Amino acid sequence: MPTVIVDGQEIEIGADERLNCIEAARRAGVEIPHYCWHPGLSVVASCRMCLIQAGSRNAETGEISMIPKLVPGCQTPVKDGTVIVTDSDLVRDSRARVEEALLIDHPIDCPICDKAGECLLQDYHFEHGQSERRADIHAFTSRRRDVGPTVTLFVDRCIMCTRCVRFTREVSGTAELMVSARGAKEEIDTFPGFPLENKLAGNVVDLCPVGALGDKDFLYQQRVWFLKKSANVCGGCAAGCSIVTEHNQDTVYRLKPRENPHVNKWWICDEGRYGWHHLHDPSRLVEAGKRGADGFEAVEWADVVTRLRDDLKAAGRLAVAVSPHLTVEEAWMLCAVARSIDPEAFLALGYVPTTGDDESFPGGFTIRGEKAPNRVGVETVLGLFGAVADDGSVPGWNELLRQVQTDTIKAAWVTAGYPTPDGSWCDEQTAAAFASLDCLIVQDLFDSPLAARAQWRLPAAGFAERAGTWVNCGHHAQSFEQAIRPPAGVWPEGRLFWNMLGRQGLYDPSGVRQQIAESSAAFAALAGDLPNTGVDLRLQQLAAT
Amino acid sequence: MKPNDPGITWLEEKPLGLAERLYLPLFVQGLTTTSRHLVSKKNTVNFPEERPAVGNPLIYRGVHRLNRDDEGRVKCVACFLCATACPAHCIDIVATESPWEDREKYPESFQIDELRCIFCGMCEEACPVDAIELTSLLDLTGKSREEMIFDKEKLLSVYDMTKDAEPMKSADLGGTL
Repeated sequence: MPTVIVDGQEIEIGADERLNCIEAARRAGVEIPHYCWHPGLSVVASCRMCLIQAGSRNAETGEISMIPKLVPGCQTPVKDGTVIVTDSDLVRDSRARVEEALLIDHPIDCPICDKAGECLLQDYHFEHGQSERRADIHAFTSRRRDVGPTVTLFVDRCIMCTRCVRFTREVSGTAELMVSARGAKEEIDTFPGFPLENKLAGNVVDLCPVGALGDKDFLYQQRVWFLKKSANVCGGCAAGCSIVTEHNQDTVYRLKPRENPHVNKWWICDEGRYGWHHLHDPSRLVEAGKRGADGFEAVEWADVVTRLRDDLKAAGRLAVAVSPHLTVEEAWMLCAVARSIDPEAFLALGYVPTTGDDESFPGGFTIRGEKAPNRVGVETVLGLFGAVADDGSVPGWNELLRQVQTDTIKAAWVTAGYPTPDGSWCDEQTAAAFASLDCLIVQDLFDSPLAARAQWRLPAAGFAERAGTWVNCGHHAQSFEQAIRPPAGVWPEGRLFWNMLGRQGLYDPSGVRQQIAESSAAFAALAGDLPNTGVDLRLQQLAAT
Repeated sequence: MKPNDPGITWLEEKPLGLAERLYLPLFVQGLTTTSRHLVSKKNTVNFPEERPAVGNPLIYRGVHRLNRDDEGRVKCVACFLCATACPAHCIDIVATESPWEDREKYPESFQIDELRCIFCGMCEEACPVDAIELTSLLDLTGKSREEMIFDKEKLLSVYDMTKDAEPMKSADLGGTL
């Protein structure tokens, strides 16, 4: 195994690994500061922050010979016997000089800069900079111009790392951004008439190590140190990107990508990034309602648990649409509830919205056309409950529509949770298919033509308001935590199903997950604590056989 | 520590002497103190008819005010540093883009819950633009809790009310900050 020596500490790296000094040092627990280098982008070595001393150890004599100059850590690959020194006076002095040069014409407007608190320039200056300013020029201006509909550029705050430029060239492949002018007058800009409006544009804001690129959606909303971070999974499409939900006092303020080499690398699309606004839409359903003489009458949740069961029992043969927005745990409990009410209940996958084909980008990122996060997970759960057609396929929404129009089905329970505030996922014509039923339960975020026909209209929880496991279209399962509490009056689906199963105490998603993992081979990989990057269900199954 | 701890030295009370047992000398001593206070200068004032003297208004911590700049606009840049520093969590700011060329951000709404405030002055210390200051106004009354949540307009009006008597505290204006 190749051995690398970082500050006198010997570490072993994999024989086939191609690491640079920054990555190798990180393995040894040493952080080399850097601005322009990013693992997902090409190397330019222009910021000079990662300058270190490097050399090599002669394998036979053990003699160490160092390169006489400082070298950029990002551009220097390591091999067997590479020696890295990051804590010498020379290196420390070089970092302080780089910081000084960057701060000469940086507007120190940290109090009004949205990046303050998560700014690399701030952090590195605190750690590596010098305490006094020697230059007597104060370029405290902050010119601002929009580079696209969602992104704004504070020109003078930029430190010219060109991460954003490389991102648009290498990952989104749209190349809207460029560097205009040269030397001290360099600026990031767009080509005239070509604003930054690709579907991954928001990522340049995350990439920006300083406050130069701002997200207009988040601008001035909150200071970053007020935000609490929860590891979540995006529910926007079947890709299931790992995200961080940043929230304060039960209000989401922004979503950021969470690094996951198996799913989304470092990126998320803008659709997902801004796809949380429906959570705080004032038109959300927040009350469990039972149809009465004039409209829906509010019912206490404790009564819902018992009355729902009684109503369904009285109605007869039951059909259940299991929404692809439900977690694996919730889908499993819903099927168990349905089978306990009617052992012959017809279980089907709920409506799966799709918008055309998958869209791939040169950097390997793909936005899926299937706009639901857990179709695969729900299908697998339905398979566990034997809800498969003769040809082995799982019945879907169209099959359910056909079934509810036959005479056998008397009651239907439709779980939905689609993030469409106008309720347009189900049109009037589709809703009419449920007209002949004795009992219709609809559980959704918003009112819709279908909910308008229901006997029971129950509110649902949004993606950040539930905990559980989603399985993406590549059979990659990720567990996530609940970020915020749902609005007052809303029980997340899991809590209702948990209570309807007669279980005691608080809903425990990880307990249910263990139970599912123990009882089925398909979900065996979900046992125990999952890594925060998730597990591949198919890979685990292959390994088991 | 227990009563029988070797580290404790127990003292006996001295027995009373003749003067103490007579109690007359002590009686005279007490009356002297009383009569001295009857004729000396009085420190209490008949609030609110009379106002107590405030020492140095620059270091007094009374009702807040939001300062205005030369053009009469609110000085605050909505950086939330006061809200961050506030140990009582009584400051609530909503920031938005400023309508002015020379400023990026300003408070759309700025509220201080004066009932929650503990008048520690941390907001004043934290402010990078000397926008929030504590005045020497010390009587703060209201008829409801809602009334005691001071909004931006009210805080600016406190500035208008006090600016002549108390100039801004920043050093270049003769203050101590």
